[in-house]
Amino acid sequence: MADFTDLGVKDIRDGVASGEFTAREVAESFNAAVADAAALNAFIVTTPEHALAAADKVDADRAAGKDLGKMAGVPIGMKDLFATHGVQTTAASHILEGFKPDYESTVSSNLWAAGAGMLGKLNLDQFAMGSSNETSYFGNVNSPWRKEGSNAAMSPGGSSGGSSSAVASRIAPAATGTDTGGSIRQPAAFTGICGIKPTYGRCSRWGVVAFASSLDQAGPMARSVEDCAIMLEAMAGFDPKDSTSLQMDVPAWEAGLSADLKGKKVGIPREYRMDGTYEAILKSWEQGKEWLRDAGAEIVDISLPHTKYALPAYYIIAPAEASSNLARYDGVRYGLRELPEGAGLQDMYAATRAAGFGDEVKRRILIGTYVLSAGFYDAYYNQAQKVRALVARDFEQAWATCDVILAPTTPTPSFPLGSLNEDPLTMYLNDVFAVPASLAGLPAMSVPATLTDDGLPLGLQLVGKPFDEQGVLNAGLAIQQRANFAAKPEKWW
Amino acid sequence: MSVDKATVAKIASLARIKMGDEELERMVPELNGILDWVEQLGEVDVTGIEPMTAVIPKKLRLRDDVVDADPLMGGGKREDVLANAPAAEHGFFGVPKVIE
Repeated sequence: MADFTDLGVKDIRDGVASGEFTAREVAESFNAAVADAAALNAFIVTTPEHALAAADKVDADRAAGKDLGKMAGVPIGMKDLFATHGVQTTAASHILEGFKPDYESTVSSNLWAAGAGMLGKLNLDQFAMGSSNETSYFGNVNSPWRKEGSNAAMSPGGSSGGSSSAVASRIAPAATGTDTGGSIRQPAAFTGICGIKPTYGRCSRWGVVAFASSLDQAGPMARSVEDCAIMLEAMAGFDPKDSTSLQMDVPAWEAGLSADLKGKKVGIPREYRMDGTYEAILKSWEQGKEWLRDAGAEIVDISLPHTKYALPAYYIIAPAEASSNLARYDGVRYGLRELPEGAGLQDMYAATRAAGFGDEVKRRILIGTYVLSAGFYDAYYNQAQKVRALVARDFEQAWATCDVILAPTTPTPSFPLGSLNEDPLTMYLNDVFAVPASLAGLPAMSVPATLTDDGLPLGLQLVGKPFDEQGVLNAGLAIQQRANFAAKPEKWW
Repeated sequence: MSVDKATVAKIASLARIKMGDEELERMVPELNGILDWVEQLGEVDVTGIEPMTAVIPKKLRLRDDVVDADPLMGGGKREDVLANAPAAEHGFFGVPKVIE
């Protein structure tokens, strides 16, 4: 059997369309790679039959001379936050174990309609709450990367850690992710792949397990900027079932790709130069400026004065929305039910939620409940929403002097699993550079830049104006072409 | 502002999460660490700033006022709706008795 696992989305789509190979051969190749990679724990369930059925349909359509979709013949991993018809959907929580939806999320429907198939449901931090993929009920996900000369298990980032691990290890050419406060970009940076969170509202949230509804956005994770552009086109689009869905046409992002940045201004936010940021990351940021200058862009200094307050505001707003969204898990309609002997309805709710939610989820529900409670609502929640408005205003003002912003994606490279568990706050700080764009609903992407001295990937982040995914992708492409990031993890799994 | 064990117990009860003594005691310093840290938002001058409720300004759409406007989400789906219920009886969700 030929090995197709080094191919990305574009290569597979084009090879299937031209008849160089069949979609079935590709699906078989990736199914085998997934089956061989149990040690990564990237998947919660695998669905090889789904990948094969989708591939057979594409091969039959091609034989019949029908038009093929944007993702025709590409088998992907689906983050287990998307409801998939008849396939267990858990959000990596015990409380949803065994839940098999009778419906399909809009984003996954769009991908199947475009000719993609599903390799399986990818592991994640429980309810997408975490930055290291250590809060899943179904166990930690391992990064395929290791520090040079060490066997320590490394974090693939979170919450889309199954997605990043699967794409970086080449057991999937691409995967869906979701980003509430960095959950696409930070894992992409940790594993040397690309990931883009589009403008809030581009991808429908219908059928995506809700964490913080005003922030949640789906997006693609893949190994090149082109592959992200193709997959985002297939995922995005207006959906009347999501009241916050953008009623706009999906631009032809793939066709619009251009690494020529002449006439573009790239903003460098001075407040992103923070204490505790790794020297290697500051160095890669400098290198990124050089690359974009080389692509024809002008580099300008900008100020985003409320950057420091974005993360604390996020840790009020996101838990507040989560505490409300997660009220639905009550042991009545779906998922787990704990019914102690002689328990009444209220006891059943409390026992079910105690047994079903993990520690980090409980912590955030408690914070959210507290900041929304009478007497504290103004001091915490309303204040955070006002700070959020100021963070968004900072960006609006920056767009007067630049077209796209370049920043690091994370303050550190990946860390060993278990090394940041002492204090929830140190884990939260991972998303310090990612959260501001989330609060403002802006498109933002991470692209791989370089390796640290001990062989771990580092990413650079691009943030764009609302609806300007093209500008973000183009700047990402300019970096990709100059970084020539070709490193791949050595197979140990 | 900081929380004590009694306050955490009250919040847990409001959130319908059963917590034992040991868990409550573990949560107190963790929640206080987070609350102390978010306290810095108080430094920000927010005079005249409206709280943000939507990042992309837009009007809420109304769907057509017809039965089964979306066949996927319309009526006639009782079996599908109950399919994942831990206890479905006689076409209803089953729960412990709530009337004395």
